[in-house]
Amino acid sequence: MIRKFEDKVRITGIGQSRIGRRLGVDPVGLAIDACIAAMADAGLERADIDGLSSHPGPLTLNGYSGAGIADVERVLRVRPRWFNSGHEFGGQTGALVEAALAVAAGLARHVLVFRCTWESTAQQRQTPAAHGESATAGIEGDFQWMVPFGAFSPANWIALYANLHMHRYGTTREQLGAIAINARANAGRNPAAIFRDPLTMEDYLSARMISTPFGLYDCDVPCDGAVAVIVSAADAARDTRKRPVRIEAVGTRLVEPWSWNNGGLDQLVLARGAAQSLWKRTDLKPADVDVAELYDGFTFNCLSWLELLGFCPIGEGGRFVEGGSRIALDGELPLNTHGGQLSAGRLQGYTFLHEACVQLRGEGGNRQVESAEVAIVSTGGGAPGGAILLTRD
Amino acid sequence: MAKPYPAITPETAFFWTGGAQGRLRFQRCTACRTYVHPPQPRCTACLGETLEIVDVSGRATVATHTVNMHPWHPDFPPPYVIAIVEIEEAPYVRLTTRIIDCDPAEVTFGLPVRVVFEQQGPAYLPLFAPVRP
Repeated sequence: MIRKFEDKVRITGIGQSRIGRRLGVDPVGLAIDACIAAMADAGLERADIDGLSSHPGPLTLNGYSGAGIADVERVLRVRPRWFNSGHEFGGQTGALVEAALAVAAGLARHVLVFRCTWESTAQQRQTPAAHGESATAGIEGDFQWMVPFGAFSPANWIALYANLHMHRYGTTREQLGAIAINARANAGRNPAAIFRDPLTMEDYLSARMISTPFGLYDCDVPCDGAVAVIVSAADAARDTRKRPVRIEAVGTRLVEPWSWNNGGLDQLVLARGAAQSLWKRTDLKPADVDVAELYDGFTFNCLSWLELLGFCPIGEGGRFVEGGSRIALDGELPLNTHGGQLSAGRLQGYTFLHEACVQLRGEGGNRQVESAEVAIVSTGGGAPGGAILLTRD
Repeated sequence: MAKPYPAITPETAFFWTGGAQGRLRFQRCTACRTYVHPPQPRCTACLGETLEIVDVSGRATVATHTVNMHPWHPDFPPPYVIAIVEIEEAPYVRLTTRIIDCDPAEVTFGLPVRVVFEQQGPAYLPLFAPVRP
C-alpha cells in the first residue's frame, strides 16, 4: 500500500570500494569502484542507471569530498535524467532522501547514490587543510566563529556538548568508552573495517587526550573510500537481483538555527528535528528497531542520537550503554554492527547505510543480527542531522 | 603559518573590530530589542528591518568548556580552554571562545568571565578571562 513517498521506492543495490588509510589512489576511482559494485549487486547495467545523487559536492583537496556528480559522470557516462549533490539537507544521507524523492516523483527509475572521501591520503599530502591552517585569507561562514579562537576541530566543538552532558547527567568516560569498545568488537567481525584488534577499557582510558572529555578512541578514523547504494522505483525493484530494502521513514526536520552553539548544548546540535520528525512518518516505535547504525564521528554523537531518537530518556544514554551488553551484537539493541566510523573509518555516514542494508538482507555473516527486520540509520548532527528507518521488504 | 583570522565583511566589521576600542558589540532590534548574533539582515525574532549596534558590558558566563590537548596549530600550544559563553545582557547570545589568564582547572560551568580582546590579523577576537574579586 502506498501511503507516503517512501513506499514508492526500494534500495536495490549496495557497494563499497576498498576502504583504508592512505590508499594513495585517485579518489574518483574509488567512487567508480563503489558504483560498479552497487550495480553488480543489483544486477543492473550502466544503461539502467538514470539518476545520480551525492553528498557533499565536487572533489576537494582537503579530502572531505573525493568525487562529486561531475567527477563521476565524466567516467561513468550514465547521462542521468536527474542528478543532485549538496550538503544543505538532513544528514550526509540526505542525498539518499533526495534520490528517493526524485524516484517517487518519476524523475528517475534507478538512482546511484554515492559518497567518497579521501581525507587520509589528503592529510598525508598536506594539501590545504579544512582547519584554516594555511589561511592566507580570512575564514568565512560558520567556521569564522570557532576556528580563529583555537576551536579547530569538531573534536573541540562536540567535546563542549559531551562535557556539559557529563556535568548535567553524570555521564562518565567509561560509558562513552563502552561505545568505542563495542564498535571495535564489531569491527573484528568486519573484514572491511580499518582497526580490528580488540580495544580494552584500559586502552581507551589511557589513550592520549584530544579535547576533554575526548581521548583518541572517542574520535573516528579519517580514511579513503567510497560507498554507493541504488534507489529504485518499487516496481522496477522486482527485476533486481537481491532482496530489496524498504525505506519506512525519513527524518528531515531542522528545528534549531544552523549553528554549532545553539540549543541545549548538552546534545548534538541540529539532530533533534531529524529524530523527532522520523517517528511522525511511521507507526513503528524505537522498541521495534532490531539494529541501530548511529553516527559516531565521536562517541558522544552516538550517545546523543540514542537519546534523541528515543531509545532511552534524555540524560540516560550513559547508563543505557554502560558495560556494553545492551548494545552488543547479541544485546537488545545491537549498535554499529560493522564497527562504526570509530573503527571502520569515517565515510561520512554511508557505511551505516550500507551496513543497515547488509543486516536487513541477512548478509552479515558472523556479525549478522538474528532476524533483523527493522534498522535505523542516523547521520550528522552539528551539520544538520538526518535519520532513516529501513525495513526488510 | 599565521594564526587564522575571520574574514571581515561590511556586515561583520563592527563585531570583529570593536575590540580596537575595547568594545564588544552586537546587533539589537530597535522594535523588539532582541539581540541578534551572528549578524543578520533582519531581526530573527520579529523580522524587524532595523538593527542597531549596541555595546554590551563584556560580562558573560561559561555555559560549557573543554580543554584542548591536541596540537592542531603551532601557534596554539595545548593545553588551552575552549568555551561557549553566554552574554550577560542576553544569555541566548553565545560565543565560542577561549578562556585565558587562568589555570585550565579553574574553569567551571557558570564561571563569571569578562571580555579581553586579542588582535589576530585584522580582527580583535573577544576572548574571556575569569572575573577576579
